[in-house]
Amino acid sequence: MDYVFQFDFIWQSRSELLRGALLTLRLSAETMVLGLLLGIVGAMARTARFAVLRGVATVYVELIRNTPFLVQLLLIYLGLPHIGLRFTPNDAALIAMVVNLGAYATEIVRAGIEAVPHGQIEAGRALGLRPLRIFRHIVLMPALKAVFPALSSQFILVVLGSSVISTISAEELTAIANNLQSQSFRPFEIYFTVGAMYIAMVLAFEAIFAALQRRLFPARHA
Amino acid sequence: MSRSFGLDELRILLLALRWTILLAAIAFLGGGIGGVIIATLRVAPSRALRFAAATYIRLLQGLPLLILLFLVFFGANMIGIRTDAWTAAAIAYALYGSAFLAEIWRGCIQAIPAGQWDAATALALPFHLRLRLVIAPQAARIALPPTVGFLVQLLKSTSLASVIGFTELTRAAQMINNVTFQPLIVFGLVAGLYFILCWPLSLLSQRLEERLRYAR
Repeated sequence: MDYVFQFDFIWQSRSELLRGALLTLRLSAETMVLGLLLGIVGAMARTARFAVLRGVATVYVELIRNTPFLVQLLLIYLGLPHIGLRFTPNDAALIAMVVNLGAYATEIVRAGIEAVPHGQIEAGRALGLRPLRIFRHIVLMPALKAVFPALSSQFILVVLGSSVISTISAEELTAIANNLQSQSFRPFEIYFTVGAMYIAMVLAFEAIFAALQRRLFPARHA
Repeated sequence: MSRSFGLDELRILLLALRWTILLAAIAFLGGGIGGVIIATLRVAPSRALRFAAATYIRLLQGLPLLILLFLVFFGANMIGIRTDAWTAAAIAYALYGSAFLAEIWRGCIQAIPAGQWDAATALALPFHLRLRLVIAPQAARIALPPTVGFLVQLLKSTSLASVIGFTELTRAAQMINNVTFQPLIVFGLVAGLYFILCWPLSLLSQRLEERLRYAR
């Protein structure tokens, strides 16, 4: 093996790589916030009294969870313009990521909601709390607390999955890597570096989630 | 003048579906063998082995599958292995599968009460027999539902192999879309094919999990 590793080219392209990483971080963070909101709405529908709402939410969850993200992305980016909905690559990517995460988040949040004992809700009613406050304080917050670890690992998958949008956009980290690769013919060094950047981002998000958990849901001292 | 989507195109898609299934099968087989090895190391008595296995899992789970595919595709070339898209995809998916299956199975192994390990030790069984005769048969029962669930994830993820030029279902769809310009029909249909493949497995995984819960 007489291959000589050369990382100079990567150092010269550092600003481009950083820009790509920042877009990956921004898209991932936006997806986490919007996807969780969609997941909460989805979980409310999934546990609703009306069968129609439950049905719609179930169909959404099953369709998204049993088809590949890449196909969903291509449907939104290439398919929707044919019925008059045209998006920029970044918008199409964000929509696809949010719709995808929303389905997984729906199932996770639903599991948390169903784990709340019914007596708690009755206790809330007995105290004369209004339905919205009961949902927020007695159902949703304990549910989120219970499923926070599952949510965090789903959020990590968002960061990793965002590399798939390189197939339609030319700006996030993996897409930047693809561009650099075709200019430099140093593919291994580039994907090695970018792989390390993804691992660093995943570790950073894990640290943030651990801190968030301590802050939002401190362990109770009895 | 572009072609429109017809029976010929449908046939191409159905034929491409074979490669999706075959790639998933290879990944599951390779990942299963690798997963057993890594999961065993992950619970081994030696601290160094446990650490090595944990690092392997963390690295592979922290890497986007797409980057792993590129690394294997371009990396194998450098060490002198001829890389066609097939070999690269098979290796990359086996690595990917091994890390995830090892992590799933580690969880199942560790869910078995420590008393079982102690009892096996009291019988003077060496580590590999403790694991094989006492722990693994019990862990296998709880491992089945999440393993079937991972198979769904694996099937869906084979769509990414299209990016390194592996002609499976998604790539065939992209090629057909390039000549028919009917993305809604083409990708809608492809989504449907994936759904037909994945949904029964998802249901099976759910059913197995429920049965396990009632068995307790």
